[in-house]
Amino acid sequence: MQLAKVIGTCVCEQKYPTLEGVRLLVIQPHDHSGQPDGPPVIAADPLQAGPGDTVEWVTGREAAMGLPNPFAPVDVGIVAIVDHYWGDERYLG
Amino acid sequence: MILCRVIGNAISTVKHPVFEQYAVMVCQPVDPQGEPMGRSFLSVDSVQAGVGDLVLCAREGNTARQILAKPPMAEVPHHSVILAIVDEVELRGQATLSGPGE
Repeated sequence: MQLAKVIGTCVCEQKYPTLEGVRLLVIQPHDHSGQPDGPPVIAADPLQAGPGDTVEWVTGREAAMGLPNPFAPVDVGIVAIVDHYWGDERYLG
Repeated sequence: MILCRVIGNAISTVKHPVFEQYAVMVCQPVDPQGEPMGRSFLSVDSVQAGVGDLVLCAREGNTARQILAKPPMAEVPHHSVILAIVDEVELRGQATLSGPGE
């Protein structure tokens, strides 16, 4: 699980039937300090997040488990909209 | 399993219902000397870890599911979980790391 910022949306007309009604967002993964971590990815969103929101996302089989249809062919999914997060590097000693 | 230092947490109101009973912590992977290694990630806390604790994390869905899935929710979207709070790490007979942060 990781933090990411929603930076856009993705619209597809032709798609696999079980993807009908699944919102797709473009997210930029980042760490606790806001540093980007890897390239942007497209994530399925069951929570109505929008561009500018910070979200929590998962990869792999678990990504589909947050969706109404847990067998949708999805490998990146949003599981929470983050209100606040913090990480203090002083704890690293 | 990954050795990590808990350095913060993430708070959400809108979330999948299975996240309601757990805290989500910001974990920074560290090497056995305590030096940060790679980028931080989020992990669901199953052992009441606190900020500053040295912990073991699993970043794999099936492990997380075995620990956190409870009937009737058998399918949960967890991918990373804190499994243990580390008291001490010993390397070649010498203690290199202790639990609580400085």
